[in-house]
Amino acid sequence: MSDEAGSATAPGRNSDGAAGAARAPALELRAIDKRFGAVHANRAISFAVAAGSIHGLIGENGAGKSTLMNIIYGFHRADAGEILVHGRKVDITSPQGAIAAGIGMVHQHFMLVENFTVLENVVLGVEGGALLAGGLTAARRELEKLARDYGLEVPLDSMISELSVGLQQRVEILKALYRRAEILILDEPTAVLTPQEADQLFKMLGRLREQGKAIILVTHKLREIMAITDRVTVMRQGAVVAEVMTKKTSPRGLAEKMVGRAVLLQVDKCPATPGVALLSVTDLEVRDRLGVPRVKGVSFELRAGEIVGVAGVAGNGQSELLEALAGIREPSRGEIRLGGRELVREQLDARARRALGLAHVPEDRLRMGVVASFSAEANAMLGYHDRPRYGRGLFLDGAASLAGCEAKMKEFDVRPAQPALRISAFSGGNQQKLVLAREIDADPSVLLIGQPTRGVDIGAIEFIHRRLIALRDAGKALLVVSVELDEILGLADRILVMNGGEIIGELARAEATEEKIGLMMAGVRGEGGA
Amino acid sequence: METYTLIVLLLAATIRVATPLLLAAIAGLFSERAGVIDLGLEGKMLGAAFAAAAVSATTGSVWFGLGAGIATAVFLALLIGFACITHKGNQVVAGMAVTIMVVGLGPTLGLAWFGLGGQTPQLDGAGQRFTGIAWPGAAAAKEMPFPGLLYSELLSGQNLIVYFAAALVPLSAWIFYRTRFGLRLRAVGENPHAVDTAGISVNGLRYQAVIISGVLCGVAGTYLSTAASSGFVRDMTAGKGYLALAALIFGKWKPVPTLGACLLFAFTDALATRLQGVALPVVGVIPVQFILALPYVLTVLLLAGFVGKAVAPRAIGVPYSKEK
Repeated sequence: MSDEAGSATAPGRNSDGAAGAARAPALELRAIDKRFGAVHANRAISFAVAAGSIHGLIGENGAGKSTLMNIIYGFHRADAGEILVHGRKVDITSPQGAIAAGIGMVHQHFMLVENFTVLENVVLGVEGGALLAGGLTAARRELEKLARDYGLEVPLDSMISELSVGLQQRVEILKALYRRAEILILDEPTAVLTPQEADQLFKMLGRLREQGKAIILVTHKLREIMAITDRVTVMRQGAVVAEVMTKKTSPRGLAEKMVGRAVLLQVDKCPATPGVALLSVTDLEVRDRLGVPRVKGVSFELRAGEIVGVAGVAGNGQSELLEALAGIREPSRGEIRLGGRELVREQLDARARRALGLAHVPEDRLRMGVVASFSAEANAMLGYHDRPRYGRGLFLDGAASLAGCEAKMKEFDVRPAQPALRISAFSGGNQQKLVLAREIDADPSVLLIGQPTRGVDIGAIEFIHRRLIALRDAGKALLVVSVELDEILGLADRILVMNGGEIIGELARAEATEEKIGLMMAGVRGEGGA
Repeated sequence: METYTLIVLLLAATIRVATPLLLAAIAGLFSERAGVIDLGLEGKMLGAAFAAAAVSATTGSVWFGLGAGIATAVFLALLIGFACITHKGNQVVAGMAVTIMVVGLGPTLGLAWFGLGGQTPQLDGAGQRFTGIAWPGAAAAKEMPFPGLLYSELLSGQNLIVYFAAALVPLSAWIFYRTRFGLRLRAVGENPHAVDTAGISVNGLRYQAVIISGVLCGVAGTYLSTAASSGFVRDMTAGKGYLALAALIFGKWKPVPTLGACLLFAFTDALATRLQGVALPVVGVIPVQFILALPYVLTVLLLAGFVGKAVAPRAIGVPYSKEK
């Protein structure tokens, strides 16, 4: 790893070739190895991160990135290997130890207490004395200074629950800096941000790099790696498969290394030829349990032979819209027309809607799409188990359900092809393929899909996207809700952007750019908006 | 002046009933704010009541009794903690199991040791009970009913545990909101993951909370058998542990509102006792059973409708594990 050390330079400079004084890297991992039972989660992982640099760590779900980060942060202990901080070997057995070693972590799911103030969250664990009053005053002073130095302004006395996701993330970064972290790990930091918020985050990370911090960015988004990192380590199946300088690689090259074979990042498709409207929604309003409107008077049409994408930051009403359309949630107002029927007034439930040719792949696969403890076979007919092909009267036809599952597994390349295996033992991608197979098998005219590729590896994403486009070409109407902008841009023929429960704008694919959509996601109305 | 005296006596009774309720409710507050459901309140109190009476009767000192009561309740609390915190068991089941065990164990041990049908011997010796402490001038104050009676009957003449319970409310509020321990305790009941990543032991904090709950239940149980009455009788908690839990929910897991809830429950209880056999205008004499049910009916009504939305600590009832 000596070539790594060579690239470490004085803080504020990150030119790769500069022969700086041979300073030890801020963080170095040597042959980290970890097993969980039969699973070899990390295989002899080694890499080093220089102070004043941003190091990308990329890999598919299950590649072992999270395990590795949890080892660095003291949640797990490595079976073998060493961690060095600024050239000194450290033994990290708990988050306390990691903090003491100057390591801070921003978790994907924020580790914040929602009904505490920002200030209380920051001092939790480093209160500076048995009584709060003195510590809080000192912390306030220090945080105001940090905010000035790094441009991390946050209202210190606001409750976390009142803050936007972007600000909450800022609090997490402040927490790390307040604990004097020199090494900052960010785990999928942009998953919950609008593109503009992500840009802001990257600017902030750039400033931290200038200040000499070492930053590890864990992500599966190639675009982010290319945009901000200095070096990138690629992991696959628990091992490091490549470590390269970012400027000497390309998104395609990285994707191939992640998957281990050539992949198409963008599925080719011909322009859509939309036909008649199959589903039309008029002035739909959906309220949550507390009576707060989540979808506010939404109207649109879904035509045969087109894919309509719904973009938006998570929590802007897309989920509620999808559930109302699928018949899981009752709207408080409005009309949904499908196949000559009006679904809301007739109070047709999810099953009746299925019978009318509406299929639904829910956003939260494990909670709503499958029964996690059931076999693949049972899950492959869930919701359609009362159809004649699966049995008569009170009895299920075991042979038919097995045959049905086997056929679906074959057609959708579900691995392992074992109908008796519990669905939770399959990877996310294979679960999703089976759910998709189940819904498509019923030959619906309208297909609603929430987060088609959440928790799905790149290889399977390509497969799923191909199938969805094939369905469109077969004259079906598809509504795709996704928080992944790349996915919306790759699939949709027409894009609806939701913000605060409204469709704030509509764009044809040809005129849609990431920037335009991003602005709408943030609440800025497009000129051609609704 | 008859009504005035009646009201003062009613308030005095309220204080007596409220004391064990408040102690148990604050005990539950510590446990639940840390994320551990405290259905064992009833069992811990009952166990402490038995141990305190038994030891006080045997040794002749109520202070040894108090020690035994606290030790017993802490032991039971640790049992629940071991099941729910260390082994991530179901908190409701563990609490209920401890309660059911104590309901049977107390009288059984009592029968074996004292042969009095499951009771403990009458505590009538000097120093075997907590008795009222007369404040200076209390007797003189009685001569002048207003405000003297308030002083002599309410402020003066209570036993130590009552004063302790009263002091506990501001004390616990201070601990929860002004100390490092309180901040961490509240955090661990809301989001233990945040506490863990901050480098603080989740289990350590929860054990501390559960032990505090044990100590306070010990005091509450001791009050029942050595202050409110003179000896242990079968099922003497009579659902006070559950009532305390209701008060704590009604008080939205906050010390001062919880005190209010305890006083309200205690007042209806005292009122119910007063109303027995009294002919009221219009309705006449109300059946005793109905009157005795009043506090519980009130509880159900309050919890069902009038509380508004009580927001429980978010992580309550969920054993902590690092994986989500």
